[in-house]
Amino acid sequence: MDFLTIVQVLDSTIRLSTPLLLACLAGLFSERAGIFDIGLEGKMLAAAFFSAAVAAVTGSVWLGLAAGTLASLVLSALHGLASITFRGNQLISGVAINFLASGITVLIAQDWFSQGGRTPSLMGGARFEGLEFPFAIGPSDAEAAGSTVSQLIADAGPVQQVYSELLSGHSVLVYLAFLAVPASWWVLYRTRFGLRLRAVGENPAAVDTAGVSVVGLRFAAVAICGVLCGIAGAYLATALQAGFVKEMTAGRGYIALAALIFAKWRPWHAMFACVLFGFLQAIALRYQAVRLGDFTIPVQVMDALPYILVVVILAGLVGKATPPRAGGEPYVKER
Amino acid sequence: MTLMKSLLGAAASLALTAGASLAEPALIFDLGGKFDKSFNEAAYTGAERWAEETGGTYREIELQSEAQREQALRRFAEAGANPIVTMGFAMADPLSTVAPDYPDTKFVVIDVSWLDVPNLRQVAFAEHEGSYLVGMMAAMASKSGTVGFVGGMDVPLIRHFGCGYAQGVKAVNPDAKIVANMTGTTPAAWNDPVKGSELTKAQISQGADVIYAAAGGTGVGVLQTAADEGILSIGVDSNQNHLHPGKVLTSMLKRVDVAVYEAMKAGDAVETGVFTMGLAEDGVGYALDDNNADLVTDEMKAAVDEARQKIIDGEITVTSYYENDSCPALSF
Repeated sequence: MDFLTIVQVLDSTIRLSTPLLLACLAGLFSERAGIFDIGLEGKMLAAAFFSAAVAAVTGSVWLGLAAGTLASLVLSALHGLASITFRGNQLISGVAINFLASGITVLIAQDWFSQGGRTPSLMGGARFEGLEFPFAIGPSDAEAAGSTVSQLIADAGPVQQVYSELLSGHSVLVYLAFLAVPASWWVLYRTRFGLRLRAVGENPAAVDTAGVSVVGLRFAAVAICGVLCGIAGAYLATALQAGFVKEMTAGRGYIALAALIFAKWRPWHAMFACVLFGFLQAIALRYQAVRLGDFTIPVQVMDALPYILVVVILAGLVGKATPPRAGGEPYVKER
Repeated sequence: MTLMKSLLGAAASLALTAGASLAEPALIFDLGGKFDKSFNEAAYTGAERWAEETGGTYREIELQSEAQREQALRRFAEAGANPIVTMGFAMADPLSTVAPDYPDTKFVVIDVSWLDVPNLRQVAFAEHEGSYLVGMMAAMASKSGTVGFVGGMDVPLIRHFGCGYAQGVKAVNPDAKIVANMTGTTPAAWNDPVKGSELTKAQISQGADVIYAAAGGTGVGVLQTAADEGILSIGVDSNQNHLHPGKVLTSMLKRVDVAVYEAMKAGDAVETGVFTMGLAEDGVGYALDDNNADLVTDEMKAAVDEARQKIIDGEITVTSYYENDSCPALSF
């Protein structure tokens, strides 16, 4: 394994962990406020579809992003209505959202585009292009040199390789996702809103006694969750891919939930957990069959590795993961 | 009351005779979905051609889960559809249990050739021969001497594709390196373009500059990433050259549309047994149109057409993966 290969695997790690990270932070806000959310998957899926659909129709990826976020917010509002206002079971509401999104995206896609539940391929301005940093090797250099980007990077020095391959060339949403980590930390731990939000997940009665609206805070948290899930979905459909394909989230919302528990509901740890899962997936994709001497580890083992690790970590290594105390319980002011 | 009874009886018998005399054909799409721009879409094209030419109608269903296979077969058979055309190797087991229960109904299955059921028409394609031809083109178009193969679900059929491809590559350039990856081991592998993209990027970083995707909906991601990264890709089953004009070298055509069209045209008199469609029958081939005219050189075309003739004449034998479950040119 040479240096460039390591850089490439890390590059793939960043791409694969971005949707996980956004979904994980989304879950963090919601669950810290006491609203369990297993509907992350469904919200991402709905956002992926609506962002791709609107981008395909209007030709503008930013309108697509807005539409995807809006779709995710609507599902969030539904979850909030069921679990905060009507005090329903949060897990059941989340499962319902997943099923709803899975069915409705394909249905609407079929009605609008008649391409079997997918959107047309996005071209030009309807997609997020990679940001090219100054002095980094990008598509414009490749065109000038009449070569491919990967070839130019392979010929460059190690510093340029790290800079061009790993840091430069991602879509703007990737940088946004990683910036959202310190931002989340700051909001949750350094602002009055964050203090109240965490308190409402631990002891809503105390927050209520202090004269702060529990319902308002919880709805705010669920809305933030919706926005982050919306960005995650839009990233999948308009940055990583050029269009929506049915069930394209492929279980990433559930992996994000596992990462959240692994991180014990803390933003920085959430980032490390998501990057770890992304790294394992990248390794599995790059090394489909690993040879250790005479013994070959089959590709199936590599594919299953991230999931095996989830079980192992959750069962033993992580220690005691204590969820927010009031998590999953609707707040009842008076009986 | 008696009047009501006889009325209902008349209506019921009318419905029954109507069902029996109609004998519409039925088409069962596999999990990839009707518009996968590949295997199932080819079947749809064939069925639509039949409907247009004859003015007939056909029943159809897109399967959503494994559990629906047997159910869909029985429902169509009970409803009197004849013949019932099914897509894909995964229908083999359900067919071998359901078909004997309806001896008067003809069943057709694409991509299966090993069942012993009297009322079943089994159509298999010599995918290794078509893949051999596109493999030759890949090796001739490659500058780096490394080509890639992205398969969908890891099943013998897809290895069969990959094996023919590898032999074609080696025939042109014995030193060529072939990077072969499978997307997964579950049916979800047919519909995961994100993973297809990442596999493509991984293969590009290993030097591949022509990548053949035999992966259903996942292939959309492969072709997209190949076009974005400025390398060539090869489509499969349907002609996929138009997806990225000038970026798709060619497509390995598998004339599923012809097989479906012929079965539907023959109606309930369709011949049963095992049929293989290879290069000689024009069942497989490579796609050449305006979108890839600039990519395929005359030299390439001449070499491939010569090889095609030699395969038909038996001068070149392309080893099938099925023969002994291994491939002489590629280890998976």
